[in-house]
Amino acid sequence: MRWNSTNTTLIGLAGIGAVIGFGLLFTFERLPVDTVQGGFRGTSMGQVINPRTATTMAARNVAPPVPEAADPGGDRASEVFENVQVLGHLSVEQFNRIMQVMTEWIYPTENIAEGCNGCHVPGNFASDDIYTKHVARRMLQMTMSLNSTWEAHTGTVGVTCYTCHRGQAVPAYVWSQPVPNTAGGGFAAVASGEQNRPGRSVGLTSLPSDPFTPYLMGSEDIRMQGRNQHPRAESRQSIQQTEWNYGLMMHMSTSLGVNCTFCHNSRAFSNWDESPPQRLTAWHGIRMVRDINTNYIEPLRDRFPANRLGPMGDPLKVNCTTCHQGAFEPLYGAPMRVNYPELLPPPQRRADAEPGSVAGPRAN
Amino acid sequence: MALEYQYLFTRIQVRGPHYQGVPLPAGDDTRTSDGGFSHLLGKIGDAQIGPFYLGTYGVLALFFGFIAFEIIGLNMLASVNWNPLLFVRDLFWLSLDPPLPQHGLKIFMPLAEGGWWLLAGFFLTLSLAMWWARSYSRARALGLGTHTSWAFAAALWLYLVLGFIRPIFMGQWSEAVPFGIFSHLDWTAAFSIRYGNLFYNPFHALSIVFLYGSVLLFAMHGATILAVGRFGGEREVEQAYDRGTAMERAGLFWRWTMGFNATSESIHRWAWWFAVLTPITGGIGILVTGTLVDNWYLWAMDRGFVAAYPPIATPDPYLTGAGR
Repeated sequence: MRWNSTNTTLIGLAGIGAVIGFGLLFTFERLPVDTVQGGFRGTSMGQVINPRTATTMAARNVAPPVPEAADPGGDRASEVFENVQVLGHLSVEQFNRIMQVMTEWIYPTENIAEGCNGCHVPGNFASDDIYTKHVARRMLQMTMSLNSTWEAHTGTVGVTCYTCHRGQAVPAYVWSQPVPNTAGGGFAAVASGEQNRPGRSVGLTSLPSDPFTPYLMGSEDIRMQGRNQHPRAESRQSIQQTEWNYGLMMHMSTSLGVNCTFCHNSRAFSNWDESPPQRLTAWHGIRMVRDINTNYIEPLRDRFPANRLGPMGDPLKVNCTTCHQGAFEPLYGAPMRVNYPELLPPPQRRADAEPGSVAGPRAN
Repeated sequence: MALEYQYLFTRIQVRGPHYQGVPLPAGDDTRTSDGGFSHLLGKIGDAQIGPFYLGTYGVLALFFGFIAFEIIGLNMLASVNWNPLLFVRDLFWLSLDPPLPQHGLKIFMPLAEGGWWLLAGFFLTLSLAMWWARSYSRARALGLGTHTSWAFAAALWLYLVLGFIRPIFMGQWSEAVPFGIFSHLDWTAAFSIRYGNLFYNPFHALSIVFLYGSVLLFAMHGATILAVGRFGGEREVEQAYDRGTAMERAGLFWRWTMGFNATSESIHRWAWWFAVLTPITGGIGILVTGTLVDNWYLWAMDRGFVAAYPPIATPDPYLTGAGR
């Protein structure tokens, strides 16, 4: 073959094609994808659904079979069993039913330390000697609260232990405070906190990768867009604050498997008038997660053994992924509350839905 | 042959003795040695390498640039605890961030809380200034106009607005851009979001017009000259006076197509102004953001140049008192 400019040109084109193809390989999903129009025409508020991903996601988010409903009549559990502190208002049949499903939801294996033994001392079910029993009590109170006072987020779907646990003693998606990024020799650590790493929690961006501590434990103000055309003394939110907020939003987006326009018209993120109603649900969700982390999980810190704590000694906490796991509704909206009336608060105790801590020994 | 005039690369490389160029004015340094020829570089440009002219400005630009490069690179390396593998893996994510907001416009602050950023910015700016002076003095030495220097100055204007002038107006170094690949992109997105969507900033819009306009002009001009390559069109300027040349055909093509044509001189004026106005208007847009306008969406709504869509009217939970 004669080496002429045509060959050179073809090789050059092939080279350019190879570079573009290599780039496409790591950045683009295989087509086709479906889009669903969300907002007013022309606003480009479409949801993008990849049918292949949707199939795997649907298979991964199936609610377990619902056992036959229990008769709410008859003796109360507190009258028949010893030391029933949270579920005493249930009938014996209901009590046994919820104990059974909790075992399947949280400790499903034949392992000697699982099943009933996950929380109970073998042969002495009334004993409080295992820390998980205290944790389970508090988690039951939490579930009751989520199914009643947090209807603004959980709706009529509600939650059960399975929404987070999915057959594991520790839910798969939890967070704890990261080890601070220390730089040696007086060089700049990361000036604005833990960022500039491929953060899994924030969709592999270099945004601050722990937006949970300020927003899902603390109640830092999330609103940072100016509320007036022109600057005013009170509008001093910094670019850094915006990046923290952005990190939280990346987390929410990846947790729910949606893009920004699921909750926002992205031309004006802060404007409620142009936002789909999902944003209100999410707004309540942020407050719900704060409630879970500060009132239910953090107070259990002393109960957990060291191997159940994060590297900074704080308990493993909840964020949006804990329940959602990539679905815009956990388990794609499989009804929970209606199938498990045992997980509603006892009617007379609805008023004081935040009982104090439960007595008993501590793990360390 | 079908691809005869649709080549990607320079087709003919003429080789003569290494050419040292015109004599330099008195007082200038000498140009450095004969760098030889490169066949591969000859494929995309002139095959002759060198001679180089370093000079005082060139040495200073490289020196200050090296300091800035080292400050940024060593800080990035320190941030991964001096682990070279992590440095390579996470390079695109690593960053030297501007000072923390509590340091305002302080010059002296802990190095780890922004001092390194300020030093890096100082030396990078010095380096760029030296490079600007170099581009000016070399153009003068060759008897050229200084258009390149002023075009470069337009880019420096945008650079200085982002990292120096606007932060001073805001009273905060923390408003400036970090040194990092992804971090400066995140900064850009966060900046637009914080100030209510930069797309509604008219100077941003102008900047985009000139940017895309530059691209369009570049494509039109490049295509025109390549298309008349078979008539020697790359010698465009010397053909400007004559009839029947490649350049007359090129002009005729555009007159037939759109009724008007630039000349082989004026097309470069178009290109220069479009290119230069891109960072000039962009810099103005950045400078007024946060200083004069805090929310561009609200600003543009008030002036009626944003389309109003029917409201979905999800209630603001802070106004309705929902939740808490």
